[in-house]
Amino acid sequence: MSDTHAQTVSFVRETMIEASPPPEKQAGAVKWLRENLFSGPVNTALTLLAILAIWFLINHFWNWVAHSVWNANSLNECRQIIRDTWGEGSTGACWAVIRERWNQYTFGFYPMDLYWRPTMSFGLLFVALAPVLFSESRKIRRIVLAVAAVVTLASMIQLNAPTPWLIFAAIVLIGGLIISERNNSWLLVFSLLYPFLGVWWLWGGSLWGPIMVIVGPVLGYIAWKLLGRISPILASVGMIGVTLFWWLALAGRAARDAENILSLAITPVNSDRFGGFLLSTTIGIAAIAISLPLGIVLALARRSDMFLVKSLAVMFIEFIRGVPLITLLFVASLLLNYFLPPGTNFDIILRVIIMVTIFAAAYMAEVIRGGLAALPKGQYEAADALGLDYWKAQRLIILPQALKISIPGIVSTFIGMFKDTTLVTFVGLYDPLKSMSDAVRASTAWKGIYWEPYIFVGAIFFIICFGMSRYSMYLERRLQRDHR
Amino acid sequence: MSEAITREIDRSQMQVSDEVAIEINAMNKWYGTFHVLRDINLTVHRGERIVIAGPSGSGKSTLIRCINRLEEHQSGKIVVDGVELTSDIKNIDKVRSEVGMVFQHFNLFPHLTILENCTLAPIWVRKVPKRQAEETAMHYLTKVKIPDQAHKYPGQLSGGQQQRVAIARSLCMKPRIMLFDEPTSALDPEMIKEVLDTMIELAEEGMTMLCVTHEMGFAQAVANRVIFMDQGQIVEQNNPYDFFNNPQSERTKLFLSQILGH
Ligand SMILES: Nc1ncnc2c1ncn2[C@@H]1O[C@H](COP(=O)(O)OP(=O)(O)OP(=O)(O)O)[C@@H](O)[C@H]1O
Ligand SMILES: [Mg+2]
Repeated sequence: MSDTHAQTVSFVRETMIEASPPPEKQAGAVKWLRENLFSGPVNTALTLLAILAIWFLINHFWNWVAHSVWNANSLNECRQIIRDTWGEGSTGACWAVIRERWNQYTFGFYPMDLYWRPTMSFGLLFVALAPVLFSESRKIRRIVLAVAAVVTLASMIQLNAPTPWLIFAAIVLIGGLIISERNNSWLLVFSLLYPFLGVWWLWGGSLWGPIMVIVGPVLGYIAWKLLGRISPILASVGMIGVTLFWWLALAGRAARDAENILSLAITPVNSDRFGGFLLSTTIGIAAIAISLPLGIVLALARRSDMFLVKSLAVMFIEFIRGVPLITLLFVASLLLNYFLPPGTNFDIILRVIIMVTIFAAAYMAEVIRGGLAALPKGQYEAADALGLDYWKAQRLIILPQALKISIPGIVSTFIGMFKDTTLVTFVGLYDPLKSMSDAVRASTAWKGIYWEPYIFVGAIFFIICFGMSRYSMYLERRLQRDHR
Repeated sequence: MSEAITREIDRSQMQVSDEVAIEINAMNKWYGTFHVLRDINLTVHRGERIVIAGPSGSGKSTLIRCINRLEEHQSGKIVVDGVELTSDIKNIDKVRSEVGMVFQHFNLFPHLTILENCTLAPIWVRKVPKRQAEETAMHYLTKVKIPDQAHKYPGQLSGGQQQRVAIARSLCMKPRIMLFDEPTSALDPEMIKEVLDTMIELAEEGMTMLCVTHEMGFAQAVANRVIFMDQGQIVEQNNPYDFFNNPQSERTKLFLSQILGH
């Protein structure tokens, strides 16, 4: 030890103490059991009761699961096999229904020869998502993209995808993998294009439609740049005006004309052919992608100083949150028909997506508002004092922190919304849980089968939602910056 | 002189020019019906170092926060660097980018590294290229003696280090005026010294400074004017020597006896 220490206190350590293991009692399974399960008479009783309950459940359920049948053509055949194998009166699970009808659960009534299209869209979705979700980890991106590439290409081959599309998918998947290794942010270009390509692949028709939709904001941006020299307000009005005018008045005709000159059409598939998990994920992913930015805007609007903006946001949020989602879906399917001019073809899935999105956005806005409110006032003041304007302060200082705080709430909203997509059954769409199972039971072969389809669909939902939950934990850990 | 200040002060650069940096004229501010600032008149010349003292709740923070419009005044006039503060956003942003502010609780951005904290405003407000902003940031971080922490996050630094980063962050905007709102009152004594040393260095380079502080040693060593506030008004102002040795008003005497007495 140092001299100064020796001078100021009358104690000097001569030898250092080696680290030693903790006393016996402090570690080990017995201690854990005693402390956590049998720490007192009440605890012991509860533990025993819980063990009994679990044992009872497993015992009951296990027999049923153990007697699983995977190969059968009807419920009766299934039951016969169970009786023959495990004796009269035994029960068992008949997963054969899943084996036979998996394609309906996955694709609904999508044309069978076009199954490869949703498959490809789903596979390429990972190329679009990887740079966004895993922007900081090249390793995770590599795994995700490699698995997506192998699985997607194998499935597409299995589903007899046409060779040009197979080559296209291979180029995007492998190209994505290579670009992800080099410079992740270039992949974001594909992420931005994906929504339009995805719509085209799923619904088919002419590529000119999505292209003309993209042209709208591009023209709006040009208008904004040109008018920006005159006045900022005029520029904003001009941008929105030009975009809307293009979309409503010109885009349709432009797409038709372009299609006549150069055809870029693939087989169209109508919305009523969508069903099962294809429908759920389409609605879910679209609503997730749109509701987050919309929720942010609503949350900021609700905290705004501008009276009109604030009141509109409050009214919107409170109204949408105060109404059951089913009501909104009915509005989408029935009421809108009265208000739209006759003959307009406003796609039902698009309507449902809009309703689910604004419903989720209202919740999202409140979750994010909580995050905004949790930030210390000093963060706003520091941003102001440095001369950052409102939008820069929000984007660079406030939102990154507020969103991080809100991650658990945001993901909860996503999960809730994804499960709520099953409610589309009430407006005649084929959700995987109810409509699809009803459709399966409508056949004579599978009449009377209840548990297995529900368990199957439930399990798939669980896997997806659990995945989202794990991702949110990963994200929270990655963004952990307080270090204390 | 306070024990916190240990270094020799070099006053050669600390010249006050005739140029007016801040002009406050008959300024009043209310919080609702509470009259928090009453008829404030204050002229600050370029190169001046002003220390504002006064009891808690006397409106010191409110006054300096009016200078970069973190708080809005309701009557009177504030002109900073020739720009009058009105509700015109353009003028406000202009003033804010010329006036640096250091807060009691640092208010660093916890999600950004030290370096990013320092380069953010130059890049996004001043449109300085990233490379150059980083060079400037490293220059000022070196000046406040923490260049080696540049890639850490604020949460990993001690209070004194964080406050010095906050000062560096303000300096990266090359401000012409610096405002300090009790920069040392959330710090332990040994950290107070490192922050005060940084501030003294700044004063020696001729920075115009307004500083709310209870560090009377700092006031005596650096300030060329001490302002005493009470109940929202400027009660007394004088050069530090006369302010401490020959206070005029009863309130000032009472205040000084309380903070210097024990
Ligand atoms: N946002 C506000 N709304 C209403 N009253 C406020 C607000 N901020 C401050 N005040 C009041 O204004 C008065 C002056 O506050 P200010 O923070 O300027 O005091 P101060 O001199 O800096 O005090 P301290 O030394 O404690 O920091 C206090 O009485 C305070 O209660
Ligand atoms: Mg204060």
